[in-house]
Amino acid sequence: MTMLKEGRPTAPTPVEEAHMAPATATGNRALMLEEKLIFEIGSTDTTGVDFAVSPAVDSRLGNLARTDAIGLPGLSEQETVRHYTRLSRQNYAIDLGLFPLGSCTMKHNPRLNEKVARMPGFADIHPLQPQSTVQGALGVINELAVWLIKLTGMHGVAMTPKAGAHGELCGLLCIRAALEARGDARQVVLVPESAHGTNPATAAFCGYKVEDIPATPDGRVDLEALKARLGPDVAAVMITNPNTCGLFERDMKVISDAVHAAGAFVYCDGANFNAIVGRVRPGDLGVDAMHINLHKTFSTPHGGGGPGSGPVVLSEALAPFGPLPYTARMEDGSIHLIEEENVGAEMPQSFGRMSAFHGQMGMFTRALAYILSHGADGLRQVAEDAVLNANYVLRSLDDVLDAPFGASGPCMHEALFSDKGLAEGFTTLDIAKGLIDEGFHPMTMYFPLVVHGAMLVEPTETESKAALDQFILALRSLAERAKAGDEALKGAPYHAPRRRLDETLAARKPVLSWIDPDLAEAAE
Amino acid sequence: MKLRYLPLTDSDRQAMLATIGVTSIDDLFVDVPAEARLAGTIPDLPDHASEMAVERHMAALARKNLSAGEAPFFLGAGAYKHHVPASVDHLIQRGEFLTAYTPYQPEIAQGTLQVLFEFQTQVARLLGCDVANASMYDGSTACWEAIVMARRITKRGKALLSSGLHPHYVSVAQTMAKFTGDDLAYETPELDSKTDSQKLIAAIDKDTSCVVVQYPDILGRIEDLTALADAAHAVGALLVAVVTEPVALGAIKSPGAMGADIVVGEGQSIGVGLQFGGPYLGLFACKQKYVRQMPGRLCGETVDAAGKRGFVLTLSTREQHIRREKATSNICTNSGLCALAFSIHMTLLGEKGLRDLATLNHALAVQAANRLANVPGVTLVNDAFFNEFTLVLSKDARDVTRSLADKGVLGGVSLGRLFPHAPQLGQGLVVAVTETVTAEDIEAFAAALTEELA
Repeated sequence: MTMLKEGRPTAPTPVEEAHMAPATATGNRALMLEEKLIFEIGSTDTTGVDFAVSPAVDSRLGNLARTDAIGLPGLSEQETVRHYTRLSRQNYAIDLGLFPLGSCTMKHNPRLNEKVARMPGFADIHPLQPQSTVQGALGVINELAVWLIKLTGMHGVAMTPKAGAHGELCGLLCIRAALEARGDARQVVLVPESAHGTNPATAAFCGYKVEDIPATPDGRVDLEALKARLGPDVAAVMITNPNTCGLFERDMKVISDAVHAAGAFVYCDGANFNAIVGRVRPGDLGVDAMHINLHKTFSTPHGGGGPGSGPVVLSEALAPFGPLPYTARMEDGSIHLIEEENVGAEMPQSFGRMSAFHGQMGMFTRALAYILSHGADGLRQVAEDAVLNANYVLRSLDDVLDAPFGASGPCMHEALFSDKGLAEGFTTLDIAKGLIDEGFHPMTMYFPLVVHGAMLVEPTETESKAALDQFILALRSLAERAKAGDEALKGAPYHAPRRRLDETLAARKPVLSWIDPDLAEAAE
Repeated sequence: MKLRYLPLTDSDRQAMLATIGVTSIDDLFVDVPAEARLAGTIPDLPDHASEMAVERHMAALARKNLSAGEAPFFLGAGAYKHHVPASVDHLIQRGEFLTAYTPYQPEIAQGTLQVLFEFQTQVARLLGCDVANASMYDGSTACWEAIVMARRITKRGKALLSSGLHPHYVSVAQTMAKFTGDDLAYETPELDSKTDSQKLIAAIDKDTSCVVVQYPDILGRIEDLTALADAAHAVGALLVAVVTEPVALGAIKSPGAMGADIVVGEGQSIGVGLQFGGPYLGLFACKQKYVRQMPGRLCGETVDAAGKRGFVLTLSTREQHIRREKATSNICTNSGLCALAFSIHMTLLGEKGLRDLATLNHALAVQAANRLANVPGVTLVNDAFFNEFTLVLSKDARDVTRSLADKGVLGGVSLGRLFPHAPQLGQGLVVAVTETVTAEDIEAFAAALTEELA
């Protein structure tokens, strides 16, 4: 057989730039496909599922049968797969590249964890099955609890909180219950200016008055100001350590001692635990309660905004007040779930239940698989590599970007820059949107609030040096353009599925659900 | 030590330390007080393990559980086993959905944002409301947030909780109310075919912020909510309806259509799976006029600089990251991926599929109720129900469910488990019947129950 050697060459011939990208009839751009809403492409009599024919029975619905049109469009299975696959391609994700959102710990999500969570023995069990039929599930909760207690050097752990902010709520409720148990009605919670917004929101949600603690010029809690404010009305101090400037609170133990001496408790926001896991135990620093975001430190996926999981480790003083239910290993090796029924004898001071059922089981299995994979030695390496990567970014860019606390020493797991030195009219937002065109998710912008035009970069330990180098190259180029006043940067992004979106319009005239055009027309 | 999730090599680490200008990793931890620095690994914990070893360990734990698919299965009470089409799990595992963050950068998050917009619309229409948010943690926490929202709107602190409300939801509200000072009125239910709606109507007064009623309720009962809504509205109070089985709304009237002001629910039934209780998906919807008092994230439509339609998170001035201590709620991370699963499953169903599914659930439940009510020693409590009903047994139901489990039948949720401090309910058993139940399952359950009660 003779080989056909006259292939058709596909090397592009140069064309005028103006001819490079004519508009297409469909609005699609090759692999970038526009996708309409299901309300525009589906219909209420289309379905992608089939069921057996219902047996004929006498209805027991009373007079409540739903007769109105619901307005839920359906698609065939093929159309459904295509709709969501097309939409997925308009998202940036860790699977695509470095995702340096400070404070969010966007690390790689190992797929073993997904496989484990889907084992029928975990995915297909009901929370109210008799306990004899769910011993393995209770075993997972208990095993993870032991790890979290030992990794943090604490006394107990509440496993049920459903995310970080829910964990904060749990910790503050423990504190309030402990104070009330000793007849102490304190009303104030102190929160540093640099705290996550959830901290003051949580304290207010539990009925506390929130007061700010100022920061020092080197980005840490002002110890003297804090000591001066402590008094018999202060219930707790909420501290993030490492803090939101990416720095370790050197005075943490001194702070804890002062807070305890004043009769109050220390709540630590554990969002940044990834920086110290395996190297530092919060229990050694005098912390009374700390939530752990399993979706940050322990790699459970963020899923476009959850689900999370926020177990709270507790000191000996607070553990008796933790929420229901919880697991306990019995002498015969079986694991019991302590619920309302048996709590009286086991934990009479529990503040009660804060969600239905037993917490985020699907996150527990993933987190446990991750923890077992790394082990005690690997988790220590996680913290070291996370801190190493952040410092590498900091020191590779501090000649072109202002690093407000760069002079005071190393950072922890995140590198903080400000907009100081950018040309007049150029902002952090311009750099962030420029990063999109360079193929990266932007860093956290304008947070923490204590730094002007903050850019908080958290690379995490799961980035290779090559990936970091490419990110540094991109950010360096953008910093230079913003300092040189390159006006084109203000239009970025140019290459994303959408240009900058009008958020003001969205808030001024909120359109929060689809309205059929003919109905909208009829209403006008 | 080479760990499979850590890409840096030792030579990378050395090169990076040199760039930073330090000699060892310890130099980067200098701000940690010396006494708090651990010299080595934490004792009594194992070191790293291979993927194969971890999978083996987890599989051994999984095998100790009796999964719903392995047994005739009749549990409900706030979590339901439904068939989830294979494409749902495939699609939510697309890395662009699974490993994305909250859509703070809308130009590169239109996939998630468009899904949320579609989800909000689906939820609002299903529940019969004008607007829905982008999800809460679960039904129980959504229920508490609704009570708080009603307090903000009415500026009153007394909520009346129906005795038909899921006892875990009641517990959550009672826990929170201990700290917030809200006044909650609640009594345990009675084993009666009628709900306590007349009592609730009589109890509504000018201090009432809201009446909270579950539909279908914890015993599976369904009743028209219109009279309750009217009575609440007559004194300026709100009706909060709680739906723990949203599939029901493919068969029965929506709470919004009967006058509910806020409708919350547990969305697990659609797309999510049992997962031993979590992660689940809180649904939250309300009338348009209350939207600015709503907790949680909202996605809205807008345009981009080139005039193309796009979606963004909006009305964030209600939220904690902007408003801090003045926020409507402290919720931050919600249930994004579960909302995606719900939305995909709902798109696969469509209105026709949802109605077919609901019809099938109801028909099988009626068949099961008729069959089980014929077992000697069993009485059916309900007149009207959707796919869940309550039986009164001649024995303690908690013991019966345990014995049935030993025989490989997962036969409902005992009221003793749900209401441990109400001995008068101890013989009650709540039975749920979905499309996953076969005629053989019903027969196996009836036979095992007959033997147990003999």
